[in-house]
Parts: sequence; structure tokens; C-alpha cells
Amino acid sequence: MLWDALSLQLGYNATLVAIGATLLGIAAGVTGTFLFLRKRALVSDAVSHATLPGVGLAFIVMVALGGDGRNLIGLLAGSALSATAGLMCLSWLTRRTRLAEDAAIGAVLSVFFGFGIVLLTVIQTMGSGRQAGLEGFLLGSTAGMLFSDAMIIAIGGALTLAVILLLRRPMTLVAFDPEFAVARGVPVHRVDLAMMGLVMAVTVVGLKIVGLILIVALLIIPPVAARFWSERSDRVVLLAGVFGGLSGYVGAAISASAPNLPTGPIIVLVGFALFAVSLLLAPGRGVLAAVLRHLRFQRRVHLRQGLLALAQGHPIYERLTLRLLRRAGLARADGVATDEGRARAAKALRDERRWEIVRGDLAHEAAAALYDGLRDIETVLTRDQISEIDRRIGGPQEVRA
Amino acid sequence: MTLELATTQGQTLTDSGIENSPLAIRGLTVSYGQKPAVFSVDMTVQPGAMTAIIGPNGAGKSTLLKAALGIVKPLSGQVQVFGLPLEHQRARIAYVPQRASIDWDFPTRVIDVVLMGLYRELGLLRRIRGGHRKRAMECLARVGMQDFAKRQIGQLSGGQQQRVFLARALAQAADIYLLDEPFAGVDAATEKAIISVLKSLRAEGKTVVVVHHDLATVADYFDNVFLINTRKIAEGPVAEAFTADTLQAAYGGRLATAQVDQLARALG
Repeated sequence: MLWDALSLQLGYNATLVAIGATLLGIAAGVTGTFLFLRKRALVSDAVSHATLPGVGLAFIVMVALGGDGRNLIGLLAGSALSATAGLMCLSWLTRRTRLAEDAAIGAVLSVFFGFGIVLLTVIQTMGSGRQAGLEGFLLGSTAGMLFSDAMIIAIGGALTLAVILLLRRPMTLVAFDPEFAVARGVPVHRVDLAMMGLVMAVTVVGLKIVGLILIVALLIIPPVAARFWSERSDRVVLLAGVFGGLSGYVGAAISASAPNLPTGPIIVLVGFALFAVSLLLAPGRGVLAAVLRHLRFQRRVHLRQGLLALAQGHPIYERLTLRLLRRAGLARADGVATDEGRARAAKALRDERRWEIVRGDLAHEAAAALYDGLRDIETVLTRDQISEIDRRIGGPQEVRA
Repeated sequence: MTLELATTQGQTLTDSGIENSPLAIRGLTVSYGQKPAVFSVDMTVQPGAMTAIIGPNGAGKSTLLKAALGIVKPLSGQVQVFGLPLEHQRARIAYVPQRASIDWDFPTRVIDVVLMGLYRELGLLRRIRGGHRKRAMECLARVGMQDFAKRQIGQLSGGQQQRVFLARALAQAADIYLLDEPFAGVDAATEKAIISVLKSLRAEGKTVVVVHHDLATVADYFDNVFLINTRKIAEGPVAEAFTADTLQAAYGGRLATAQVDQLARALG
């Protein structure tokens, strides 16, 4: 069943939803990365909640004009307008008053959402409102998704990506170093507005599938998951797009493969699974890698300390140190060095002297930056450089065993 | 172009030197809230020289620099770069900000930071090519950081980060370089590397302006000084403007008399 869904063989609606969700996920992941890098991830939460009154008002206006209140384009236009109003309130509050952004976000988010809920309740009591199904915008509803709905998502997502391609450099610069950006003539405020415009576009387009409450997850989770895998912003952006698209696709497939599984929340959970895997398993920044690195580092420290102690004829008290030395065949059970142990110890002591020279010499700055008290000097310097340093130290050092 | 705006000093913007000066400031006032940080300051930077902006903490040194770059909006006053308004001359100014304002965990490598200096030239869409990377590497080599190109910026020491920022400014190939406290909290190697790069810029005829806090090195490093304490105190060649009297005027009681005497002796 799940395989059928993943290979898009579960019928017309399921296929539309899967394609729409994938495109939405890509657009949201890529857009969200810039928001995340600018450290304004939560603004997207305010933007998304601010769409709700627009949905309600657009419905009321369309009905009042004698049309069908459920026209999706009309509803999305309304949501975009009220999201813009919310953004303007937020921007005004943070720029013109002393209110911090987090407080302003809280105020705007709750007031707009509250107003939206009031409107939805009013619409429920209207004669034409019972079947409106506007609650679907809260958590998304894909059951009755039409081809035109999927097209709206595809076009909106494509436009968003095109604008990002155009603005990627200014947005990266503004996120990394806004003052430098101003000095270079980048219109920082307008770049920020454009970024918010993109977030709004993703939110509005995503209302149908994920809904306004959970869209923030699709904007934030893919970038933070992607951040674990790379130290380069361009790669984080691409990877966030991949993670977002994957969440959308797999999430839509899972929800289609069983009855009564809501699409939006499942997509968010798949995104979370990707995040959890990244958090645990990513090399470099992942938790597991950090633990392993720490343990490996601890062993190297003990081994090194042990070798230096052997070289200088000091007694070794640490059990772990002794065990490591013994297991490596460098010392006997009573703590006396083996032949190999003596040789390695002498080498360790000599490396200490070499490192001292390297760290005191500006010409070796890049190598010195790698100094951690453990590294074999051959891994950072060439043989010629080492013999040059040995010349400076003078003849072979006598080492007491 | 006739500029009629008169400053509080009674000079007009058509006064001598402004057409040729790489950076001319007239009647500049910047205020955070109701308290001016910089008040009615005139400054005329000499071309092809190294100028230090000096003054006590909170005297408006960085603010002056930021206003000159349009980073903070002045209440009044004008900034001209080579005789034209700042907006038309952005490409000719390079800026090295203070390190403190940066998130060092940002996912970017040393080489990427230097390439940011080329963004203006690259525009929005042009791809970064080998030639651009080569130029960025040359700039890194000038500050002695070429071996660090692939490292994430957070892995560098403070002084190394400062040098990467200088390399980014070099990549812009500007005519005037503004640096905000580049020597604050850096190691001796970095200070040496930075000052030698700045001197080589001067030798190429570029103009260098540095917000500086170490009075002991002023005479060694710089040709001109600009002393400020909210208002302009003195401006000119080190020998004339950097004296016991002007220092006393700028720092007031904040500089011990012994310190002033010592500096005065050092200056001869």
C-alpha cells in the first residue's frame, strides 16, 4: 500500500497531493533556510497565523458579492493581504517602538489568529457558511484537492524558487553581516521585506496542504536538519530543499496509504524524522559523532599522557591510561614500557619539542592552529619542514627510559 | 555642482579640499535617542595616507565611521566620497567591521567570506568562476591566511577572523579602506600582518582610515590623526594634531597626566 503511494499509483487525488506536497516542501525548505540564517525563524509563525482573518474576510466579501465563497484564488489572495498586514504590524512594532521582536511576534500572532477564529465562527452561523470548510485551512485538508490547486502550488513554488535564485547573494550577505551589507550598498530593509514576502508566498500556497498552524514546521525543520550536514550556506540551502521535498513526498504517500491519516501533520512528522536522523547521525555536528569524537579524543589524551610519562620515567596511576598502553603493546602490566613503548615514548617527547618550535614560529601559523597536544607532527608538516625544525632543536635528544 | 548647505562651522560644501578628498564629512551629527554621539563634525581625509580616528570610549569614533558608510543615519550633515555623494561611490569604499557583530557559527568557509567582497561585482546571477576564486585566494595570501581557505570561520582565532575580514575588503579592490578597531583583542601576529597590508595599500596610493584605541602605536602606524570626543578636537598630521594638549582636550581627566607626558616625550 505504501509502495503504491510512493510510486504514485494510488489514484488521481493522491498523486496530485504527493506532487503538490513535494513542491511545497522544496520551496518551504529553501525559503526557510534564509529565514533561519537570518535568525528570524519565528517570524514565519506570526505570518502564517496572520493569514486566517484574510481567509475569513475574503469568504465574507465573496459571498456578499454574490459569488462562491470557496473560490481558492480569492481565499488565498485574502490570506496574503492579511499576512501582509500582520507583517507590517510586526515590522512597525519592532522598528518604531522599544518592543523586542519576540514580544511583537507573540502579540501579532495571537491577535490575528484570535480575530480569524472569531470570523470563522461568524461564518459558521451564516446560511452559506456551513459547508465552507474553512477550518481546513487550519491544519490543511487534501481530500478534495483539485488539479487547479496543485497548479497554484506548482506555480507559486516555482516563482518562489526563481526569486530566491535571484536574491540568494544579498540574502546570504544580509544574514551573515548586515552592517557590511549596508556599507556595500545592499538595501538591507528591502531584502528583509523580500524574504518575508517569500515566506508569505510559501505560507499562502501551503495553506491547502499543511495548514497555517503547521506550515512553520515545514519552513524551519528542513533547514535545521540540513545545517547538521554542512558548513556551507549554499549546500544547507540545497539540502533543506531536498529534505523539505522528501518530507512532503513521503508524508503525502504515507497519509494516502491508510485511511484517516491527516496529510499535513504526517508531512511534519516525516520532516521531524529527518531532523532526528540528522541530529543523531550527521558527521561533524551530529550528537553521535560528538560523543564518539569525545571518547576517541579522551583515549588519545590518555595514550599521549601515558607515553610522555613513560618517556620521562614518571609513574602512571590512571587505570584507563595503563589499560590503553597495555592493549597497544606499549607497556607491560606492571607499567614498565616495552621496547616499542620506549621508542614511541621517545618520539612523543621529541614531537613535543618540535611543536614548541612550530607554535613559536609565525611561518607555521596554519600548522600551529592545528595543535592539540596529540597530533603526530608528520600529519601537518612535510619531512623537509620537520628536519629543518630538528636542526633548530639540535642533535637527537637523550631520552631516559 | 553647487552645494549651498552651510554647516554650523560656517563653511560651505564647496570649501577647499572637498573635491579631492577621498572622504569629506561636513556638519555631521548622529544621535541615538536625544544624546548626540557625534556633533557637527567636519572631517577631510587626506588621499594616499593612513589616518587614525582616536578618542576615548563612547566618543563617537565607530559612529562617525558608520555614518560615513551610511550604516547609521545622521540627523544632519553630508558625506562625500571623492567629491560625490556616498551612494554613487559605494564601489570605491571597503569596510572592515568590528568582529563582535558577527555570528561565528554561520555556515560559511573562509573563502566564501572573502568571495562576499566580490558580490557587488558579481551582481545577482553571474556564477563564481575560477578567476574569482583565484583573486580571493590572493587576497587571503596577502593577510597570510591562504592555508585556512577551507575552514569554517568559527574555527579561527579572533585575530585570524579579523584578517579574513581584511581579505574580504581587499577583494573589493576599493580606493578607500575604513576599518573599525581592527587591532582590538588580536594577537601580535595579526597586528603585524594587518599593519603591513595597510602600509602596502598606502604605497599603492589607497587611502586608509582606522578607528584606533592604542595611543602608544599612533605615531608608528599613522600619518594623520583625527581626535574626536563627540565634537572634533583636532585633525592633521601626527606631529601637529597628536600632542599633549589635544590629547588632554580629547580625553580630559580620563588619561593620567603621566600617560600624557610619556606620550608627549615619545612624540618628541
